[in-house]
Amino acid sequence: MMLTRKTEGRAERANPLARAMSALSAKTVDRRTFLKGSGLTAGAAAFASQLPLGFVGEATAATAAGTGKMERKRTVCTHCSVGCAVDAYVQDGVWVRQEPVFDSPLNLGAHCAKGASVREHGMTEHSHRLKTPMKLVDGKYRKISWEQAINEIGDKLLALRKESGPDSVFWIGSSKFSNEQAYMYRKFVSMFGTNNMDHQARICHSTTVAGVANTWGYGAMTNSYNDLQNSKAIFFIGSNAAEAHPVSMLHALHAKETGAKMIVVDPRYTRTASKADQFIRMRSGGDIPMLFGMLYHIFKNGWEDQKYINDRVFGMEKVREDIMKKWTPDKVFEACGVPEAEVYKAAETMAKNRPSTVVWCMGQTQHSIGNAMVRASCILQLALGNVGRSGGGTNIYRGHDNVQGATDVGPNPDSLPGYYGLVAGSWKHWCRVWGVEYDWMKSRFVSQAMMEKPGMTLSRWIDGVTEKNELIDQDSNLRAIVYWGHAPNSQTRGLDMKVAMEKVDLMLIVDPYPSASAVMPDRKDGVYLLPAATQFETSGSCTASNRSIQWREKVVEPLFESKPDHTIMYAFAKKFGFEKEFVKNIKLVKDKQGWDEPVIEDITREFNRGLWTIGMTGQSPERLKAHMRNMDAFDAKTLRCTKSVVDKETGYDMNGDFFGLPWPCYGNAQLKHPGSPNLYDNSKHVMDGGGNFRANFGIAREGVSLLAEDGSHSMGADITTGYPEFDHVLLKKLGWWSELTEEEAKEAEGKNWKTDLSGGIQRVVMKNHGCHPFGNAKARAVVWNFPDPIPQHREPIYSNRPDLVAKYPTHEDKKAFWRLPTLYKTAQQKAITDKVHEKYPIVLTSGRLVEYEGGGEETRSNPWLAELQQDNFVEINPKDAEARGIKYWDYVWVSSPTGARIKVRALVTQRVGEGVSWIPFHFAGWWQGKDLLEKYPDGAAPIVRGESVNTATTYGYDSVTMMQETKTTLCQIERA
Amino acid sequence: MARMKFICDAERCIECNGCVTACKNEHEVPWGVNRRRVVTMNDGVPGERSISVACMHCSDAPCMAVCPVDCFYKTDEGVVLHDKDLCIGCGYCFYACPFGAPQFPQAGAFGLRGKMDKCTYCSGGPEENNSAEEFRKYGRNRLAEGKLPACAEMCSTKALLAGDAEVITKIYKTRVVTRGKGEEIWGWSMAYGGSGKLADQPGGRA
Repeated sequence: MMLTRKTEGRAERANPLARAMSALSAKTVDRRTFLKGSGLTAGAAAFASQLPLGFVGEATAATAAGTGKMERKRTVCTHCSVGCAVDAYVQDGVWVRQEPVFDSPLNLGAHCAKGASVREHGMTEHSHRLKTPMKLVDGKYRKISWEQAINEIGDKLLALRKESGPDSVFWIGSSKFSNEQAYMYRKFVSMFGTNNMDHQARICHSTTVAGVANTWGYGAMTNSYNDLQNSKAIFFIGSNAAEAHPVSMLHALHAKETGAKMIVVDPRYTRTASKADQFIRMRSGGDIPMLFGMLYHIFKNGWEDQKYINDRVFGMEKVREDIMKKWTPDKVFEACGVPEAEVYKAAETMAKNRPSTVVWCMGQTQHSIGNAMVRASCILQLALGNVGRSGGGTNIYRGHDNVQGATDVGPNPDSLPGYYGLVAGSWKHWCRVWGVEYDWMKSRFVSQAMMEKPGMTLSRWIDGVTEKNELIDQDSNLRAIVYWGHAPNSQTRGLDMKVAMEKVDLMLIVDPYPSASAVMPDRKDGVYLLPAATQFETSGSCTASNRSIQWREKVVEPLFESKPDHTIMYAFAKKFGFEKEFVKNIKLVKDKQGWDEPVIEDITREFNRGLWTIGMTGQSPERLKAHMRNMDAFDAKTLRCTKSVVDKETGYDMNGDFFGLPWPCYGNAQLKHPGSPNLYDNSKHVMDGGGNFRANFGIAREGVSLLAEDGSHSMGADITTGYPEFDHVLLKKLGWWSELTEEEAKEAEGKNWKTDLSGGIQRVVMKNHGCHPFGNAKARAVVWNFPDPIPQHREPIYSNRPDLVAKYPTHEDKKAFWRLPTLYKTAQQKAITDKVHEKYPIVLTSGRLVEYEGGGEETRSNPWLAELQQDNFVEINPKDAEARGIKYWDYVWVSSPTGARIKVRALVTQRVGEGVSWIPFHFAGWWQGKDLLEKYPDGAAPIVRGESVNTATTYGYDSVTMMQETKTTLCQIERA
Repeated sequence: MARMKFICDAERCIECNGCVTACKNEHEVPWGVNRRRVVTMNDGVPGERSISVACMHCSDAPCMAVCPVDCFYKTDEGVVLHDKDLCIGCGYCFYACPFGAPQFPQAGAFGLRGKMDKCTYCSGGPEENNSAEEFRKYGRNRLAEGKLPACAEMCSTKALLAGDAEVITKIYKTRVVTRGKGEEIWGWSMAYGGSGKLADQPGGRA
């Protein structure tokens, strides 16, 4: 089906070959038998000049000459978390060619459609980029100068801050920032005086981060894409890696070819499913019944790893009792639609082919019980003893290229960089790193209480604008919204969002493209668009899903009038009057237009001094750059450099390092920790990237120890029992304090492994004693601080099964949850009372297309990608289509319980089951049937526009993280 | 002399279209012209398989046989190329080709076609190697730079293989043997004819 959906007669002119090409290194061989110099050819050449139709491009004389030196710049694709390296060739400042990097251990030169097309970012002719600052004047975007933009926007924000307090502005940051920019954005918004900030992770893996971190320590992918090669069974649930992370399939298919069994559980028969040994079609939202149904068979047959559970897991017995009682095969079938034999087969495959791994993605996270679903996956892996093992683990595929990094160090409403949280001690730690006074920092906020109160979330900012003031947990409603590198069409409840966008005093959009934010609201004024540079126009580090950190070189100078994000942040910091505090430890350089740009490497060094919790302290810019220059030193299966390889530029020897120093890479760079390829792997020494589960939840619960059992510890540890996390007291008790240097001891006094800026505690504990600074404890199968300590199935807010809602109702409403009242039972009951499922009988779920990323504005503006997907569509089962008189590729209206109606093509396919529909989420630019082309700034509309599925999606939020429920809602479909 | 061929491993192709955009990028092929595309069979149902298809640089190329102006030629490496200066855009090759490789940039009034464009195996045309003129008409010439076609080099799962027939046959064969299946869908015999036995394949040894 997805050949090339080409519409007739809308041929766009290709980017003419303005930048051309002189031969790279021409190893020219005359291989041809054809005789060129024949008279016939010469004659035809004249004819051809009148008929240029057949030529691929038009080279201009100037470019054909190609006099400039060809330079290679190594960067990383910006479209997903696999981290595919790209070699960009630049001539005379123009990105003229793109070559694969076969040496990259992550992607071995491979690219999907997006990665193979990134050079388009550097093309300036026919570019659909936002080229200059713009201001909405009387309903039209007008060009303004940067100076005017910074002044006008700055004045407005300062006025709002004065009138309504700093919490009246909501700052959405980007998961496409580099680590350095994401970190600076957290600092920037903090200095503005609010925690009202968020980014993509909220709506992508927030439930994973919370659920997984609360289970065993860190909320990240435990192993790596490469490590799939060591798996004997791979279980995908809610992940369509073939479209969302195509290059990861390089490793998965390799594993499959060497005998690994592949299982895909999904409501759709995805492209990933077509490669599986077993495909299980599950009811959308039925993850917990499915996973616990498997555990039922695992426990029943004694397939669990009893020693592992005894040594390393807390609460499994309670979970087991719950499962054996509640998730008998009949109940499993009822709740998730999967027959016993299928569930049994999957359980048996996972149990008998260990190490086996679980992969999940948005299909599991984007639910109102997402936090519980991901924990059910964790429990499956704990029962099988798969976590902390190569080939096992929970391989959680992150989305954007640096969403992992932005989650680790960036604009999170509930935490300072490094998951330090927002308590006073955390603020003091970061103030020390930033070189500012804690009291000054506090003075920037309304109060200490607001400084320590998590902000609103990306998924709910619209309610922060429109909710009654007395019901929200801050003084003022939101009055301004900043979309800094984020698409609005990836958030649910489009109709409500439009209202919120029209109500705020100010909308600020900072992005390389105008994004749907520029056109969604019907406003006359109060909207500003600022052109940001892409990651190819700056340098910095980014964290792939496997926690490997890669350094991007700047490929070209910022195009048009765009500026890198950190330069724009600094300009605003200056306007707001905190520029000195903002860059206390960071030098400034002048860019070509004379703007002050904070030096990226200085930012890296600053966060290296503070990110002890997650071990982002050892990845100095020098080490990261050395890795990028010597990728061939690292093995594609283990990611390790196993011999002495010395970087020519720095003299740094990579021997023993894992590629990209996957965090945690503890201690400072001098400690030379190699990074941790697989988390919690106790078969290795901590200085070899080994570890164990984290002691983060106390040392005992209800009289039961939470520490690991005797004999369970990372290889070679001096302490062979479980132990708590290290601080100055424990170090002294153990008699290890004297091993600190004098300087370290001075700094470490009164500190713990997370706050000792000298790194001495980590050094002594790890290097001298082989212990883990965060302790050695058990993973928690029961997370007692969550709404459902043992994961419970609960029906989505909009369920198609009232009978199941009666059995598995959702949570009680919450009053002040991330500063907002949040409905659960009320909304679910109303849907049942109103018989919504009768009017909207089809389950609506959404997902990815390989050609596009996220909200899609960037990729839909790339002609090489846009040509491949020119219309948004809904996948509908042939039976449902027939019942509605719908034929293939007809226009249909998809309506939802919100009252929204979106017009898309009908893709009639058995890919979706009966009663289920699926719409990709990358489209925007249409609004309920109308093309918004005229609302875009001139020349900056994406090539392909379409209806956004999220215009129609409904209410529903995770009970821990406010993740939006996109994967299970209801709709009706009719012929347009 | 090497004999250049493509083969697409249907057990590995995930229809990511990386090959398609790699081609667009490398040659700046205009909108509407697709030198390479991914075809999916049994879409959305069990048995779904995709293959990436472009000019297969046939051993006995039908396009060459039918061309009224004889614009096609074959290099020593087995790559089928054509001369756009000679092409009259008649479209016979389009009808002759079993793979839909020939593309015609513009369909004007009265059925006028532009000059045919197709996959060059990243090896340009009759003009001087890596000259501006060659690029303008045919795109880049990677073979002359000692590189293989961009589509195969960038393939996300290494499904699309390009190179000397002898080498890629071995790679493919090893995979089929390791997997114990796969050739029946899009094996060498399906792609290039013959018995499919390794011994009978170009440069193949038993």
